[in-house]
Amino acid sequence: MIWIDTILQGVLLGGLYALFAAGLSLVFGIMRLVNLAHGDLIVLAAFVILIIMSSLGLGPFMAALIAAPIMFAVGWALQTYVLNRVLGDDILPPLLVTFGLSVVIQNGLLEVFSADSQKLSAGSIEAQSLTLGPVAVGVMPLLTLVMAVVVILALNYLFFHTALGRAFRATSDDAVTAGLMGVRPDNIFAIATGLAMVVATISALFLGIRANFDPSIGPARLLYAFEAVIIGGLGSLWGTLVGGIIIGIAQALGAAINPAWQILAGHLAFVLILLFRPRGLFPRAND
Amino acid sequence: MTEPLLATHGLTAHYGDFQALFGVDIKVEEGETIAIIGANGAGKSTLMRAITGLLPSASEAVRFRGEAIGTLPAPEILERGISMVPEGRKLFPSLSVEENLLIGAHAREGNGYWTLERVFEVVPVLRERRHHPGTALSGGQQQMVAIGRALMSNPDVLLCDEVSLGLAPVVIKEIYGSFPQIKGSGAAIVVVEQDIGQAMKVADRVYCMMEGWVTLEGCPADLPRDAIHNAYFGVNA
Repeated sequence: MIWIDTILQGVLLGGLYALFAAGLSLVFGIMRLVNLAHGDLIVLAAFVILIIMSSLGLGPFMAALIAAPIMFAVGWALQTYVLNRVLGDDILPPLLVTFGLSVVIQNGLLEVFSADSQKLSAGSIEAQSLTLGPVAVGVMPLLTLVMAVVVILALNYLFFHTALGRAFRATSDDAVTAGLMGVRPDNIFAIATGLAMVVATISALFLGIRANFDPSIGPARLLYAFEAVIIGGLGSLWGTLVGGIIIGIAQALGAAINPAWQILAGHLAFVLILLFRPRGLFPRAND
Repeated sequence: MTEPLLATHGLTAHYGDFQALFGVDIKVEEGETIAIIGANGAGKSTLMRAITGLLPSASEAVRFRGEAIGTLPAPEILERGISMVPEGRKLFPSLSVEENLLIGAHAREGNGYWTLERVFEVVPVLRERRHHPGTALSGGQQQMVAIGRALMSNPDVLLCDEVSLGLAPVVIKEIYGSFPQIKGSGAAIVVVEQDIGQAMKVADRVYCMMEGWVTLEGCPADLPRDAIHNAYFGVNA
C-alpha cells in the first residue's frame, strides 16, 4: 500500500514539474528558444505574488491573479526589447543572454529580498487532505496536478482552435513565410513569452505554497522543467505533463528507498529515457 | 499623370556583397497581368522578395498607390494589399489545408471577394481535404492552396513566383485556368515564369530580365520572337 501512496505522491509532484515545464515548452515550441532564466523568472513571479500579498493584504490566489498580467507584461517586454534582438540562426546568443539574465535576476532578488527563505501562506487548505480509498491525498498537491492539466488543456485549445494559435504554429514552422501572410513574428514571440510568464506565475503560486523559496532556487527548477520537456519531446505540451509526472514518480520512489536519493532518482530517470528515446516520448513529427 | 498601382524605380538589391538587381524599373497598373520572364539567376525572385519586404531596398525604390514602401517589413506590405505566392509554395506543415488558407487572412480580414468558401468553389478538392495537413496534398493541390492562401488577404496585387515550377503540364493548365477569376476579383497579377510560352499567353505586358537587369519590356503581341530570345539568353538568335 505504501508503494501506491508513493507513486500517487510522485504523480502529484509531477503536476508541479509539468507547470514549471509548460512555459519552457511553449517558448521552445514557438521560437526554438531555450530560456535559461525560466527557473529564475518563476522565482521572480513568486516574489511578485509575495509583494502583492503583503502590500494589499490578499491571499496567494488573489495575489496571483494580479501578478499574472504583470508577469505577462514582463515577458512581453523581455522578448520585445531583449530576446528578439538576439534570435536568429545562431542558437548561442539567446542562450548566453538568458544565462546572463538568470544571473541578473538571482542577484537582483538577493539584493532586494536577501537570502532568507520565503513562503506563500494559503492558510488551512495547505493541511487539508482527501481520503481516496486506501490513500490520503493533500488538497494542494491535487490542486496543483489539476491546474497543470487545466493549463495544458488551455494552451492546447489556444494552439489548435484560435487564430492566435494558428499564427503561433505558422511562425514556428516558418517565420519568414508567416511574415508574408501578415503575421508579425516579433509580436507573436512577445505574446508567447508573455503567456509563458503567466504560466510561470501559476507555477510560482503552487511552488510558493508547497515549499520555501529563496532567490537561489531558480536553476534547479529550470533543470526539472528542462528534463520534463525533453522526456516529453521538445514542444509537446502533453508530453511535458508526462515528463513531469515521470520525474515526480522517480523522485518519490527514490525518496522512499532513501531520502538522499530523491533528486538523483529523477535525474536517473531522465538519463534512462534519453538513452532509449533520444527525441523524447512524444516528439513532434517536423522537429 | 496618375501613378501606377505598383512601381519600382531604380530598384537595387544585394545578398551581402553580391548585387542581384541593378536599377530595375517596372510598373503594374490596376487589373493588369504582368509576366516577368528570365532564366535561372536573372533576378526575378529577388525582385519579388524586394517588393514584398523580404530584402531591404531604398524607400522610394518601391511605390504602391503613391506611397514609398521600399523599407517596410513584409507584414506591412501585405497589409497595404500586396501578397505573394512564394517559390516552392512554402505551406505550413503544422497547419491543415483550411488553416493554411485562413492564415492568409490573418492581417486583412474583411468582406473582400475571396473567402474560404470562394477558394473551395474554385478548387473543390481542397474542401474535401480541408482537414488534411497542407503538405500531404499533391504538388498541384499544394500550389492551389498557396495561391488560395495569398488570395485570402484579398490583395490588390498578387505576386506569383514560379507557380508552375516542377508541375505537370495538365496541372499548370489548371492553375493558369484560375487566373481569369482572380483577375475578375479586381487583383492585378504579377507572374514570374521561366516558361516563355505560358507567360505570353496570360500576360498583358511582359518584362524580361537577365543578370539583374530588365532587358526587354512590352506587350506580348508586339514583341518579336528574336528580341525575346536575345533578351532572355543575352545572345543573338
